[in-house]
Amino acid sequence: MIKRPKPQKFRLRRTMMFMNAQKPGLIKDAYIYGADSIILDLEDAVAENQKDAARFSLYQALQNVDYGDTEVIVRINGLDTPHWQEDIRCVVAGGADGIRIAKCESAQDVLTVEEHVLAAEREFGVEEGRTLLMAALESPKGILNAYEIVTASDRMFGCAISGGDFRKSMHVQIEEGGIEMLSARGQMLLAARAAGVQCFDTMFPYLDDTEGFQAEVIQNRKMGFDGKSVINPKQIRFVHETFAPTPKEIAYAEKLVRSFNEQAESGVGVYTVDGKMVDIPFFEDARRVIALAKACGVYKGDL
Amino acid sequence: MEIQKPAIAGTLESSDAQIVVEPFTDGIQLSIESSVMNQYGRQIKATVLETLEHLGVKNGKITVNDKGALECTLKARVECAVFRSCGASEKNIPWGGVVR
Repeated sequence: MIKRPKPQKFRLRRTMMFMNAQKPGLIKDAYIYGADSIILDLEDAVAENQKDAARFSLYQALQNVDYGDTEVIVRINGLDTPHWQEDIRCVVAGGADGIRIAKCESAQDVLTVEEHVLAAEREFGVEEGRTLLMAALESPKGILNAYEIVTASDRMFGCAISGGDFRKSMHVQIEEGGIEMLSARGQMLLAARAAGVQCFDTMFPYLDDTEGFQAEVIQNRKMGFDGKSVINPKQIRFVHETFAPTPKEIAYAEKLVRSFNEQAESGVGVYTVDGKMVDIPFFEDARRVIALAKACGVYKGDL
Repeated sequence: MEIQKPAIAGTLESSDAQIVVEPFTDGIQLSIESSVMNQYGRQIKATVLETLEHLGVKNGKITVNDKGALECTLKARVECAVFRSCGASEKNIPWGGVVR
């Protein structure tokens, strides 16, 4: 019986890899590819008449497969289906780290899930508050309500846009440069940062279009995302490399932190580094960059 | 639990197992076919029987077609098939109780 450590609300989540919970061949070794998180799927990947089988398979995997440091999230069925309540009982009893709420559209959706999660934690003797939540925003309404959604519960660690459903509801296709989802991505990022939670981009569906995939990942990083959903192990490495701070960013952050320590001692608040004005917010961001570099395993310095 | 009607769970894909359960009145009749029979036949049998015992299944005809499933997969498939045979696989599963 595997006892997973208590989930951390804030941790590195550059990649979240989707796995069909009904396929034993996938879930047994899902952790070996090195994604930061895996999402075992009870929703769209599982056929309607196999929802029950997927839960037994999920429960036994959660109880018996050692996923190590890989975070284990489960995507449950939508609140408009007959499946989500049993999904929650199964996930909580099995001891997964968190739940991804599919098609989340309002704070009320989050509160409904949270109520059932709490009931399941009590039913199965799981520490109250252990099970984390994240919201998948898949509709214009979900995007417009992003802030109320991500602030609806203390369990909420972040939100992700789900491109497939979202693009359909907007009558658009994937476009080079991502203009079709630009405002939705931007709005979701604003909401997540305002709430102090993480923000994740949708998966890129064309496995053979390396160029398109890489362009999207680079844009994700530039926009300020914390990570991205992936659907194939071969997508992991590029995302991890792209989301890690560059040597140049790390060197600059180190310089800032060191100079700040010196300036603070002599009572100076705002000053210049390499000809650029810096003050306290820069210092905080520099510390974030160094912490991220450490978490990504690319930091070699001594700060 | 009592096997009330024939039920099936699992697939014939690699790393999976397909379990068929059928009503039977005279104890457990187990037949196993496996792609790894020589190495793991005894272990498969033990896992299936143990899972049935946890579920309190005393009678039933159980057919296992194993394609190299892990123990946890075998358990999940047996459990699902038995709950399906009772029409009880969709909700209020006793997770951590007889399903363990």
